[in-house]
Amino acid sequence: MKNPLDSIIGTIVSGFVLTIVLFFFAKNFLG
Amino acid sequence: MDLVIDRWFHVMSGIAWVGILYYFNFIQVPGLAKAKADGTAPGITKHIAPTALLWFRWASIATWLTGAYYLERSGLGLGNAFLLKGGVAYIGIGAWLGTIMLFNVWVLIWPNQKKVLGMVEATDEAKAKAARIALLASRTNTMLSIPMLFFMVAGPHGAMLFS
Repeated sequence: MKNPLDSIIGTIVSGFVLTIVLFFFAKNFLG
Repeated sequence: MDLVIDRWFHVMSGIAWVGILYYFNFIQVPGLAKAKADGTAPGITKHIAPTALLWFRWASIATWLTGAYYLERSGLGLGNAFLLKGGVAYIGIGAWLGTIMLFNVWVLIWPNQKKVLGMVEATDEAKAKAARIALLASRTNTMLSIPMLFFMVAGPHGAMLFS
């Protein structure tokens, strides 16, 4: 499997996916 | 008053840090690949990259210190943020991501870029390895900057998102 960080688009998409994952983690388990 | 000035400097240094990070990833790296092909790369590696790295790495320190000062002096608590306690947890996630990014700048990007740019002695093989590590660390920071900025902004301004 290709490393998503090898491309700029892959890097940006990974950043948005990570944001969504962390958002739901924070919403459900923190605060 | 000191908190307003501190926050102002935190945002300014953060813009400098992440702005130069985006410059490296979106402009310099693709541009350097083309410059190597027509022999103009030394203009970038000798005259632009070292200065960009200078502002980049010290802006990262300034951003972290002004952010830590703000969390502590505002009463939110630096410890509460890093322990993800209560309502400070959201900006705490941003603080963790920013801290990982700071680590990447000083431990992975800067030492390896010194080899790549010829600021320290390195064999061609070591330079190639250093370039790969620096690129992946820089791309990791670009990826992390996206949720980091979300949580930095959502912390004080997006409480309704988490309720």
